[in-house]
Amino acid sequence: MSGFRLKTGGLIDRSQTRTFTFDSKKMSGFAGDTLASALLANGQSLFGRSFKYHRPRGLMSVGSEEPNALVTLARDGVQEPNARATMVEIFDGLKATSQNRWPSLSFDLLSANQLAGPMLQAGFYYKTFMGPTRKAWRFYEPLIRRAAGLGKAAQKPDPDRYEKINSFADILIVGGGIAGLTAALKAAEKNARVVLVDEHAEFGGYHRGDPREADTIADLLVRLKSLDNVSMLPRTTCFGQYDGGTYGLVERVSGHNREAMQFAPCERYHVLRARHAIYATGAIERPLVFPGNDRPGVMLADAVRAYALRYGVSAGRDVVLFTSHDGAYKQLSTLQDMGVPIRAIVDTRTAISDIAMAQVAATGLQLITGHTVTQIHGHHRIKRISIAPFDPYTSAVNGKERAFECDCLGISGGWTPSIHLTSQMGGAPEWDETLHTVLPGASNGSWSVCGSVAGYFDREDSVQSAEQTAEQVLRKLSLSRARKALAQPERKDVLNVGPVWSIKGAVGNAFVDFQHDVTADDILLAHQEGFLSVEHLKRYTTLGMGTDQGKLSNINGLALMAEARGLEIPKVGTTRFRPPYTPVSFGSLVADARGSHWRPTRRTALHSWHLDAGAEMIDAGLWKRPRVYKRGDEDLEQAYIREARTTRQSVGIVDVSTLGKIAVQGPDAAGFLDQVYSNAFAKLAVGKARYGLMLREDGIVYDDGTAWRLSETEFLVTTTTAQAAAVLEHLELYLAVHWPDLKVHVTSVTDQWAGASVAGPKARAMLSSAMPSIDFDNDAFPFMAIRHGKTAQGIPVMLCRLSFSGELAYEVFTPSRYGLAVWEELQAAGKPMDLVTYGMEALGTLRIEKGHVVSSELNGLTTAEMVGLGGMASQKKPYIGSGMTDRTAFQDERRHQLVGLVSKSDASVLTGSHLVRSPVLTTPCLSLGHVTSATYSPAREKYVALALLEKGRDLIGRELYATFPLKGHHVAVEVVDPCFFDKDGERMHG
Amino acid sequence: MLILCPNCGDRDLSEFSYVGDATVQRPNPPEARPEDWQSFVYHRQNPRGPHRELWQHNGGCRLILEVTRNTLTHEIVGTKVAGPQRAGSGT
Repeated sequence: MSGFRLKTGGLIDRSQTRTFTFDSKKMSGFAGDTLASALLANGQSLFGRSFKYHRPRGLMSVGSEEPNALVTLARDGVQEPNARATMVEIFDGLKATSQNRWPSLSFDLLSANQLAGPMLQAGFYYKTFMGPTRKAWRFYEPLIRRAAGLGKAAQKPDPDRYEKINSFADILIVGGGIAGLTAALKAAEKNARVVLVDEHAEFGGYHRGDPREADTIADLLVRLKSLDNVSMLPRTTCFGQYDGGTYGLVERVSGHNREAMQFAPCERYHVLRARHAIYATGAIERPLVFPGNDRPGVMLADAVRAYALRYGVSAGRDVVLFTSHDGAYKQLSTLQDMGVPIRAIVDTRTAISDIAMAQVAATGLQLITGHTVTQIHGHHRIKRISIAPFDPYTSAVNGKERAFECDCLGISGGWTPSIHLTSQMGGAPEWDETLHTVLPGASNGSWSVCGSVAGYFDREDSVQSAEQTAEQVLRKLSLSRARKALAQPERKDVLNVGPVWSIKGAVGNAFVDFQHDVTADDILLAHQEGFLSVEHLKRYTTLGMGTDQGKLSNINGLALMAEARGLEIPKVGTTRFRPPYTPVSFGSLVADARGSHWRPTRRTALHSWHLDAGAEMIDAGLWKRPRVYKRGDEDLEQAYIREARTTRQSVGIVDVSTLGKIAVQGPDAAGFLDQVYSNAFAKLAVGKARYGLMLREDGIVYDDGTAWRLSETEFLVTTTTAQAAAVLEHLELYLAVHWPDLKVHVTSVTDQWAGASVAGPKARAMLSSAMPSIDFDNDAFPFMAIRHGKTAQGIPVMLCRLSFSGELAYEVFTPSRYGLAVWEELQAAGKPMDLVTYGMEALGTLRIEKGHVVSSELNGLTTAEMVGLGGMASQKKPYIGSGMTDRTAFQDERRHQLVGLVSKSDASVLTGSHLVRSPVLTTPCLSLGHVTSATYSPAREKYVALALLEKGRDLIGRELYATFPLKGHHVAVEVVDPCFFDKDGERMHG
Repeated sequence: MLILCPNCGDRDLSEFSYVGDATVQRPNPPEARPEDWQSFVYHRQNPRGPHRELWQHNGGCRLILEVTRNTLTHEIVGTKVAGPQRAGSGT
């Protein structure tokens, strides 16, 4: 093809030159050009290489249906692959590169794949490389993946800004052609809130650029713009309809305009809620399937028209049209007047309508009826074509070929309504025998169609359908009181399509899906191999599975399968479309929710103190918690060992504000908790706390924590940090649904309390000095007792003598706003006693040394018995989970049991290791259990771990091996009791 | 998609979470047999058409509501406060 800029015409501004590069070659176009039109005007014929065969490909279309002209846009070190050149507006400095070729677009070594074409048919890779062992596939897969493909994904973070907004409308109108504009105006004049979107930069749809329609379009736009209840969104794609009248729209705000990008987001994602949608999405032209139909220079006939009318570009110097219907004749004289050098029109039909005939006569073009194109000559561009007589009744060539000179072939096999959005909500498309195309079928009530998507290919009918549809929707939404509905026009067959699906007797690759290199022969092969259903055909051949989602190929593929099966097209069925209509960038869907904005960050009242103290923070769910407070050049292990050891020697303090805290209040609170926990709570005395275990209904452990009885009718329940929200929902569900008669209210108070745990032999002395008004004597403040009081400076605190470290320990709670003040008082009081502040790592070490379980052990598979808490399951009362704790499976002696492990060497034990009998690392070998938590124990001066082990308690004293084959880690361990330290609890109770 | 919360009005789906099947009844512990528990914990109908579900407005007022939803069309047919209606509860 050798396109060129026409002297006049088009919607471009010829006074504004824009320069850009394509494959580093500098080119220029005009404001209003797309990358495709500018390249075409520069004489570019080769636009890309195909997915599988690396065949040279040219421009096929003028819109978002483009399968071939995919480019990578580069900007500021980032790149956007697979941009359709037809949808990219050019600006100064635009850098575009072609894709899927090496080393260059015109000389692609991998185009050798074409020679192997007959081999690379549908299913080739699987048939060839996937033997019973898959060894061949493992070897070849990387090579195949490199050879096949589209653009390469960017490797760097996307620097662009994206935005997401929620918007609302009475009526959404998709498609800003004359039908869409008419419907929008009609609806807006009745005060409906209208959102009108069109994927192109300008409204006007099919008629955009047509001088005969320019006034009509301009008039509609002026009237629409004068109404403030209409939002007009050009460059906006409605990519999907979702449940409950929700629509996804992506607006390209500034990607086409470099200056605007500094201030505006690149794209804006609208979540639109509309009461009704009117789809005026138009139709897409259908290619004809014949040998060589993918060669650069073969283009949809309507694209030839549109490039001239919209951009003032002729697609070639010697244009021939090849069609099977009257539509292609409509604008012959306009094109000729503009200077598009059309030579001839080849029609597969033997007779054409009088109107079409009149067009031919007016232009003096050569008309060749009853003929088909049988071959395209030329590699990177058309040199000439072969045509031959054709019998439309048998679809067969029935005469001798002859050559015909041309450099551009505009093809058209009819028009396919863009029914993607209508079928997304489950609307079954219907085949129309007269129009030889699919129509949207019945609506579920949430959408209507008008214009050519509804099958109105006649201009006047289309407008009438738009007015009628708008009126009908207004009445449905009670926005119009018109008594009598306008009638929908009759569908007229204005195209007179003589359907041609295949050309029998013409030899060569006839492409159905251009982007995925699916040929007519591939479809026959699929049929031959038994992939008869449309869904199987699609997956076997990958028909319609490219980034264009088969906009050009689906109907042709369907018809070819119907032909092969000897069935009518509707009998074969149609595939339905899923969102998105065109590819949507992740950036726009994610919008602002990236980095730290992805989810909330929760910080305790002491956060800034931890940072000042040099804490290394770690994520615990949404919370930020101190991991260790390193001193000097300590590493992580040295730091946590020091923190844990000092706590056991003198005293340690840790921020426990993140514990889930739930206020359980009401006259039935005690009875409620008695059913929620597996152990007894009804008789817990006021001023005392108790450790509690919650099970799920299926008898598996859910969470553990404590409940503090603050009064007869009020408890403070603590949960693990991770399960805080889930436990609250769990309690709420039981109160609302299962036990509605209980008078109990639950409230999350996690954020209301700041908490510190002070543990160690000197904890009593330290707290006595910090809170002189409280008597910390062992008898006055016994284990599990709760006390209220004040710090030396008079700040109110609530204490409970609780321990998870096995040391003498107290939890100090204070309202969050006092958290930092109390913490600082405690720090000051602890200074003379060698107080250490410890983080999550040391917290883990201390609890592992005592054999206490956390979420690593309470992993959703373990029962109370397995983790050594069987004694906490009451036999005297029903509770959540009691109905299923006695089931047979839970009595199975092979169920794992919690044990301790001590490393028999200086090597650590890795969490996640499997326990095996084999002294050497071999795989596969039988796993007897796995390591759930591991640490270095300063108390035992060994690496120790907790593990879930089959018949674990019987194996105490035995030697096993903790193996981690991925890391080559294999270490001998002794199975011991899970409590490593002070089993009798003398330190804690002392 | 919008769900009508009896407290808050029409709110976006993202404010709610599904918390269970509203058609199952928790057995009454003293009389319940193991089969009753098994049925309550594991057995669920998977109807094609209207189905009663429990949802919680946990991104809002935290109310647990019973939603009648058509599993075929995803249409929400109705919502009400979950559990037995108490006299004078006002919702």
